[in-house]
Amino acid sequence: MINLSEVLETNRMVEQENLDVRTITMGISLLDCADKDLNVTCEKIYKKITTLAKDLVNTGEEISREIGIPIVNKRISITPISLVGSACCRIPGDYVQIAKTLDKAAKEVGVNFLGGYSAIVSKGMTKSDELLIRSIPKALACTERICSSINVGSTKTGINMDAVRLMGDIIKAAAEETKEVDSLGCAKLVVLCNAPDDNPFMAGAFHGVSEADAIINVGVSGPGVVNYVLQQMDKNAEGGLANFETLCETIKKTAFKITRVGQYVAQEASRRLGIPFGIIDLSLAPTPAIGDSVADILKCIGVEHPGAPGTTAALALLNDQVKKGGVMASSYVGGLSGAFIPVSEDQGMIDAVEVGALTLEKLEAMTCVCSVGLDMIAIPGDTPATTIAGIIADESAIGMINQKTTAVRIIPVIGKNVGDTVEFGGLLGYAPIMPVNTFSSQRFVDRGGRIPAPIHSFKN
Amino acid sequence: MAAPLGGRGASMTRAVITVVGKDSVGIIAKVCTYLAENQINILDISQTIVQEFFNMMMIVDMTKSSKPFDTINTELSAIGEATGVQIKIQLEDIFDKMHRI
Repeated sequence: MINLSEVLETNRMVEQENLDVRTITMGISLLDCADKDLNVTCEKIYKKITTLAKDLVNTGEEISREIGIPIVNKRISITPISLVGSACCRIPGDYVQIAKTLDKAAKEVGVNFLGGYSAIVSKGMTKSDELLIRSIPKALACTERICSSINVGSTKTGINMDAVRLMGDIIKAAAEETKEVDSLGCAKLVVLCNAPDDNPFMAGAFHGVSEADAIINVGVSGPGVVNYVLQQMDKNAEGGLANFETLCETIKKTAFKITRVGQYVAQEASRRLGIPFGIIDLSLAPTPAIGDSVADILKCIGVEHPGAPGTTAALALLNDQVKKGGVMASSYVGGLSGAFIPVSEDQGMIDAVEVGALTLEKLEAMTCVCSVGLDMIAIPGDTPATTIAGIIADESAIGMINQKTTAVRIIPVIGKNVGDTVEFGGLLGYAPIMPVNTFSSQRFVDRGGRIPAPIHSFKN
Repeated sequence: MAAPLGGRGASMTRAVITVVGKDSVGIIAKVCTYLAENQINILDISQTIVQEFFNMMMIVDMTKSSKPFDTINTELSAIGEATGVQIKIQLEDIFDKMHRI
């Protein structure tokens, strides 16, 4: 039988260390909503989402009250919309109409984000993919809850450099369209390489074509909990410094506990909603709340600030131990699963940038060993589109060669420069504008075509 | 009528009640009276006092409870507020999942 100290431990995690389930994301296939007529397509989309997800928010809150652990977000991911709209969208404006429909459906069911305004163009772009991509700046400006993601490369296909080049322009255009609100549109737009089909986390969530009609995916979190146990570990260690074996063991055990909470929530949500359970995403996702920080864990492991030499190794270790603890706790693990290192959403990262410890180049190195990429980074608004495309190409190459997901969610804040800060609000936090290498990548990204798949992708 | 606990079947539903706060006379009595009035059976009680802070845990069986989980949760919190302690009720499952392989 459960004892008092175990109960108190769980409740301390919630009350003092920000343990929560970050998101229950319902994946919904919209493939059966495609129609030749745009209005009919929109009607079907609205009806399907508001029918399947009508109890999502209530159920999430009900489970949360019964177990006493917050479930912060209830969200929806959908089939990449370029597939659904391909028969009826003739101009980018047609896609914007679908975006507005999705936004309306998201508001109706009460979810805070809906992801899947997406296209998978890792090898080539169809006409419809391109129309969707060109509609993104307007779509993000006139909706509130829509997230967009474009997959521009994979280990199997190589990198679609035409799409990379185009996304440089689209990110700039999205920044321009939302310049009144610090280019917020770009915070809802991510460019991926090796995007998973079942990621529950925004902005990169979409419901891949390999998935069932509807599915429940859950993203767990808990950097504050890991941080706390590491502090206790060192306090109890001889000389105040535990060795790597103890460190890894401690992270692993904690990741196990955190993931079990997610697993339970996923199974309960699945049972109560009558929708199959998909995966648990074992991610340490920080929030701007004090103590809920991946940067603080890195500091606990032993670097003065993220960015100091040793940071990449510390992050690699953290990421690996989280996975090792997590896979034991859940039978189906998927999504991104690892440590997130967004800048604006993590107070420790913001501090590291402000004291000059953390640069864009070091962040790039860190993305080689963790689950995502350059995330929520504000850069000067006058950064050329070709430079942004160059950054995307670099991140995609890291993903392609290392057979992992990488992403770029970068915000060129129009009218702001290095030294300014930008406030996105809520979970998106705030960020100092980071300097970008000013040497040109134009000739590289203007070549056009594809970068071929790497040799180690030929496994057949 | 809304099914308690999200339509759980007839199997036993166990919950953990925790009471945390400054020690004072009659805390356990109040909680127990409330549970008895609502047909909630107490299976186990343990408690400790750390630096004048009262920590108590009860494992209870809610299968025959006359009220939905949410109502009991709200009413227990209210009793806690009136006595100056924090009272929580949570499904036992979550602790089992977290602390047992």
